[in-house]
Amino acid sequence: MKITRFFKTVFMVDFVTGLFIGLKEIFKSKKTINYPFEKGKISPRYRGEHALRRYPNGEERCIACKLCEAVCPAQAITIESAERSDGSRKTTRYDIDMMKCIYCGLCEESCPVDAIVQGPNFEFSTETREELYYTKEKLLDNGDRWENILAANIKSDNPYR
Amino acid sequence: MDQLNLIFNEVYKILFLLIPVLVSVAMIVWLDRRVWAFVQKRQGPNVVGPFGLLQSLADALKYIFKEIIIPASSNKIIFILAPIITMTLALIAWAVIPFGEDQVLANINVGILYIFAVSSLGVYGIIMGGWASNSKYPFLGAIRSAAQMVSYEVSIGIIIINVLLCVGSLNLSDIVMAQQNMWFIIPLFPMFVIFFISSLAETNRPPFDLPEAEAELVAGYQTEYSGMMYAMFWLGEYANILLMCALGSILFLGGWLSPIDLYPFNIIPGVFWLIFKILFLFILFALVKAVVPRYRYDQLMRLGWKLFLPFSLSYVILTASYLFYFNLLPTI
Repeated sequence: MKITRFFKTVFMVDFVTGLFIGLKEIFKSKKTINYPFEKGKISPRYRGEHALRRYPNGEERCIACKLCEAVCPAQAITIESAERSDGSRKTTRYDIDMMKCIYCGLCEESCPVDAIVQGPNFEFSTETREELYYTKEKLLDNGDRWENILAANIKSDNPYR
Repeated sequence: MDQLNLIFNEVYKILFLLIPVLVSVAMIVWLDRRVWAFVQKRQGPNVVGPFGLLQSLADALKYIFKEIIIPASSNKIIFILAPIITMTLALIAWAVIPFGEDQVLANINVGILYIFAVSSLGVYGIIMGGWASNSKYPFLGAIRSAAQMVSYEVSIGIIIINVLLCVGSLNLSDIVMAQQNMWFIIPLFPMFVIFFISSLAETNRPPFDLPEAEAELVAGYQTEYSGMMYAMFWLGEYANILLMCALGSILFLGGWLSPIDLYPFNIIPGVFWLIFKILFLFILFALVKAVVPRYRYDQLMRLGWKLFLPFSLSYVILTASYLFYFNLLPTI
């Protein structure tokens, strides 16, 4: 036993074995991705940046029921509403303070008309604080931009709700 | 006017050597990081330039724009001098490295002694940096580094004696020419292994990176350095590694000689063979960094003094007796 140990030390068997294992690892596939150029897969339930959706005819979905405002644990949502000329109830103001938001997804869950949703976008960092006070225009714009993915995500998640 | 011409001639020669060395140092840092990443199944730096080749250039630019912080309680002159000394000493040793027959900046007869002296002086940069910082971690790192470099210098010296016994000259070009029939790696293979391990210790590479052991000593002697001064330490360190690889390929792997003196091999210029050999040794350096854990300090000292020193000494006796008995001692 001691003699084998001695020969292992003299001929550095352990070291050479390690070296060859290291060499083998070089040619295996990489486990990391080139992040800004390729991104990892995201679940359809991912709770990223918020968006306000529209109906296909361009009408806003939001009916100003204020359920999201009530359920928001961080009280990040502020809604003001008024009656529109055609008699429907619409929001005049829909603000989300993205710095208060804890991305819990309760607003999305509480919404009866799938208006406020959290999309797959997680790259919305800004240089100033002010840019993170999202207004209704910004949220609707987000909804228009991500509509295809948002609709697909809601559809794929539908059976489990 | 003639003297001015002479001076400029020398300056051009020096620049012609230094600029490729500095560029290859930058490339080698990239290679080191890339090999390290690949062994760990990561991508490594691959964004700046093709395959990330210009990463070191980007890093250097960043270092230039960083603020140089000099600690208030430091010895300012020595603090500034230390990285300069490290880099200068790492670069001046390249003067005697032969890149081919007669392709050497200074063909001096004591070339190997010159390299040995310069690389011994290299420890001063580290000691000065660690001492002048006037802080505990740099100081501990500097002490460790001094002890480590002195210990392994001894065994490197004795290994070189082995080679010199077979050559009979201290000139590096003569050492290469003596390997025309057989590279010294074949008769002196155990010495090559010990030389490789000692040069890892000499250049403070893992598994002997105790002077900058980040778990214990933050960054060792570099802790207080920032900006361009840190970059100079870093450049000097890698220039030293490259120098050790070059020395290893000259002493044991036949320098600029091609492996076989046959048609397709011997039309490739000698410089490329030397570069291939240096690269091969450097990739070994990088692989070792990726696969081994760090030595404990007492293990390091034990390896240097109790194993390498007696073994290389007895190998000197073996080589000398063999050469003497078979009457193979080189005539001077």
